[in-house]
Amino acid sequence: MREIIIILIKEFRQISRNKQMLGIIFGMPLIQLLILANAATFEMKNINIGILDRDISSVSRRLVGKFEGSRYFKLTDWFESEKEAEISLEKGDCDLYLTIPQGFEKDLFKENSAVTFFVVNAIDGSKAALASQYTSSVITDFNQELREENINHSTIAMNLNLMKNINIEYSNWYNPELNYKTFMVPGLLVLLVSMVSLFLSGMNLVREKELGTIEQINVTPIKKYQLILGKLLPFWIIGMFDLGLGLVVSKLVYHIPIVGSVPLLFAFAGVFITVLLGIGFLISTITETQQQSMFLTWFFSVIFILLSGLFTAIENMPQWAQTLTYFNPLRYFMDSVRMILLKGSGFSDISFNMGMLLVYSVVINGLAILLYKKTS
Amino acid sequence: MKRFLYFVQKEYFHIVRDYRSLIILLAMPPIMILLFGYAITNEIRNVKVAVIDQSKDQTTEDLKNKIFAGNYFIFDSELASLSQIEKTFRKGKVKEVIIFEPDFEENLKRTGTANMQLIADATDPNVAASILNYTSMIIRTYQMEMNEDLQIPLSIKTEVRMRYNEELRGAFLFVPGLITIILMLVSAMMTSISITREKELGTMEALLVSPMKPIQIILAKIVPYLILGVIEAVIILVVGSTVFGVPIRGSWLLLFFEGILFILTALSLGLLISTITDSQQTALMISLMGLMLPTMLLSGFIYPLANMPVSIQIFANFVPATWFNIAIKNIMLKGVGLEIIWKETLILLGFTIFFVSISLKKFKTRL
Repeated sequence: MREIIIILIKEFRQISRNKQMLGIIFGMPLIQLLILANAATFEMKNINIGILDRDISSVSRRLVGKFEGSRYFKLTDWFESEKEAEISLEKGDCDLYLTIPQGFEKDLFKENSAVTFFVVNAIDGSKAALASQYTSSVITDFNQELREENINHSTIAMNLNLMKNINIEYSNWYNPELNYKTFMVPGLLVLLVSMVSLFLSGMNLVREKELGTIEQINVTPIKKYQLILGKLLPFWIIGMFDLGLGLVVSKLVYHIPIVGSVPLLFAFAGVFITVLLGIGFLISTITETQQQSMFLTWFFSVIFILLSGLFTAIENMPQWAQTLTYFNPLRYFMDSVRMILLKGSGFSDISFNMGMLLVYSVVINGLAILLYKKTS
Repeated sequence: MKRFLYFVQKEYFHIVRDYRSLIILLAMPPIMILLFGYAITNEIRNVKVAVIDQSKDQTTEDLKNKIFAGNYFIFDSELASLSQIEKTFRKGKVKEVIIFEPDFEENLKRTGTANMQLIADATDPNVAASILNYTSMIIRTYQMEMNEDLQIPLSIKTEVRMRYNEELRGAFLFVPGLITIILMLVSAMMTSISITREKELGTMEALLVSPMKPIQIILAKIVPYLILGVIEAVIILVVGSTVFGVPIRGSWLLLFFEGILFILTALSLGLLISTITDSQQTALMISLMGLMLPTMLLSGFIYPLANMPVSIQIFANFVPATWFNIAIKNIMLKGVGLEIIWKETLILLGFTIFFVSISLKKFKTRL
C-alpha cells in the first residue's frame, strides 16, 4: 500500500509542477467542449439558391417567391443563361439552381403538368440529398396551394375529394426540438475524457524508458501491479475530475438534461477509464520511444472516435464494422452516457455495456501487467 | 549546403531506423480510408422499429410490409400498449415506434382520412430526423399508389441533377477530408515531437553549438517530413481513386503545389508548438489533443461549415485545415484552377509565414 502511495505522490508532483500540462489537462478539454458543441449539426440553413427563370410568368414568379420566403433558402443570384448558372455553381456562389423552362405556366394549365429542373452541387453527398429534399417539399407545398386555389375547377374538386389521405403525426421523444447539442455535448465530453486518459497513460511509462528513469524504478522493491496502480491512479482521478467538470459546464452552459442517476454515470465512467488507461499502458509497454507510442495512440484514438457512434450511428454501419465496434470501449460509454443522461435508463438497461467494459478492463490491464518487464 | 545535407540525412536516419513508427505512418492512411469508405455512412440502415397496430386490418398489414420491405427498417416487436414505449426506448435498441389508430382502414374508406403516429427516439437528433423522413416517404409512396387511378391535376414535376458527384458518394467528400486531417496531424505532430525530443534528451545542445544557423537546423528538420507527407498524400489519393473512384479533375501540378504548401503550414505549426514546450509529452498533448477534434469538426470534414453558427464559422477561419479542405475539394472534384482558389492559397501562405516567423523569434540558441 505504502509503495502505491509513494508512486502516486511522485506522479502527482510531476504533473502539478508542469504548469503547461495542467492547462492542457483541464483547460483544453473545457474550451473544446464549449466551442465544438456548436459545430456539429446536420441541420441545413442558408442553402444558396440561384434562379434561371425562362418563363417569367405569374406562376413562375410565385414559385421563386416561395424559395425566397423559406427559412432554409437564401436567394443569391438571378441568371440570364445556363452558362452563367454553371459558373456560379462551380465557384460555389450557389449550392443549387432552379431552372423554370419557357412555357411553364402554359404547360401547367393546358397539359396539367409542367417540369422544373434543379442542378445541385453534390460534392457533399448528404448535404445535396437534404437540399433536394427541401426543394421538393417547397415545390409540393406550392403545388398543393395551386390546386386549392383552383378548386372550383370541377375535375380538380372531384379528384381531391376522392383522394385517400394518411395523416401522419410525428413526435421526437427525449429531445422534442431536435436540439443537437443535448446529443453532442455528452458525446464530446466522452471523447475529451477518453483522449486525456489515453494520451496521458500512453506516454507515461515510455517516457521513463526514453529518459532512462525507468531503471531507477525497476531496481526498487515495488511490485509490478503496485507500480501500474500507482501510475494509473492519478490519471484515473484526473479523468474522473475532467468528467465532473465537463458535466457541470454542460449543465450550466448548455442546459443538457440530466434525467438519470449521476452516481450510476460516475460508476460507469470509473470502469470505462480503467479500460482506456489499460490500453494506454499496454501501448506504453510495447513501444520504445514516445514517438512510437504517440503514433499508436493516435491511430487507435481516431478509430475509436469514428466508430464510437457519435458522428455516425452504429446501426448504419455494415455488419462487419458493427462487430468491430464491440472492441471499441468508447462505443459502450457513448451509448450509456446518452441512455443515462437523456433517457434515465437504470442499471439493468446498461448492464450489458457495463459487463463488457469490466471484462475488457480485466483483460487489457492483465495483459499490460503481464507484458511489462522489470528487466530489460 | 553540404553541411545542410548532412543534417537532412541525420533526420532521414531518425525516421527510417524507427521502422515501427514508419510502418504505422504508412499503413494508417489506407486503413483509415477503407474504414471510412465502408463503415462511415449517414444513410440509415437496419433501424429497429416497434409497432402498435390497434387496427390490424389489410391496409395496416400492407403498409407494414412496405415499411419493412427495404433494408432501412427491421421489425423488432409488437407492443401491447402505449405505456410500453417508454420502457422499450430505455433499453436503447428500438429507435422508432409506429402507431396505427383503431379502425384505420375503415376510417380511410369512410372519411378519406386515417391517422397514424411516428415516434422517434431523438437522443440522436440527426438519426431521428432521417428515420422520420424515410418512414414518411414510404407512407407517402403507399398513399400515392392508393390514389393511382385518380388523375391528379396541375402537377409540377421536378427533375434533379446532381452535379460533380452524381451517385452522391460519401467517398468524394471524405477522401479530400482525410488527406487534410492526416497531413495536418502527422506533420504537426512529427515536427513538434522531433524538436522537443532533442531538447529532452539533451542533443539539442549539440545541434546548437554546430556552425549551422537556426533557420538551417529547422529547415533540415522539415525537409524529410515534407517528403513523408507527400508520400502519405499520394497513398491516400491512389487508394481513393482505385477503390472508391474519387476523381482528380483539376491540375495535378496545382494539387501537388497546394499539398506542399499545406504540409509546410502544418510543419511550421508543429515548429511553433515545439518552441513553446520543453517536453515531448506536452508537445504531444498540444498537437494531438489541441488539433485533433478542432481539425476534424471545424474543417468541414464531417459537418458542413455553412450550417454552423456565425461565431463558430469565424472561429473555423483560424483553423488552417479549413482553407486547405476547400482548396483540395475544389481542385479534385470541380477541377477549378488557381483563379478560383487564390484566396485559400494566400491564406495558407500567410499562416505559414506567421508560424515560422514567431518560431524563429522564439527559437533560443541557448538552452
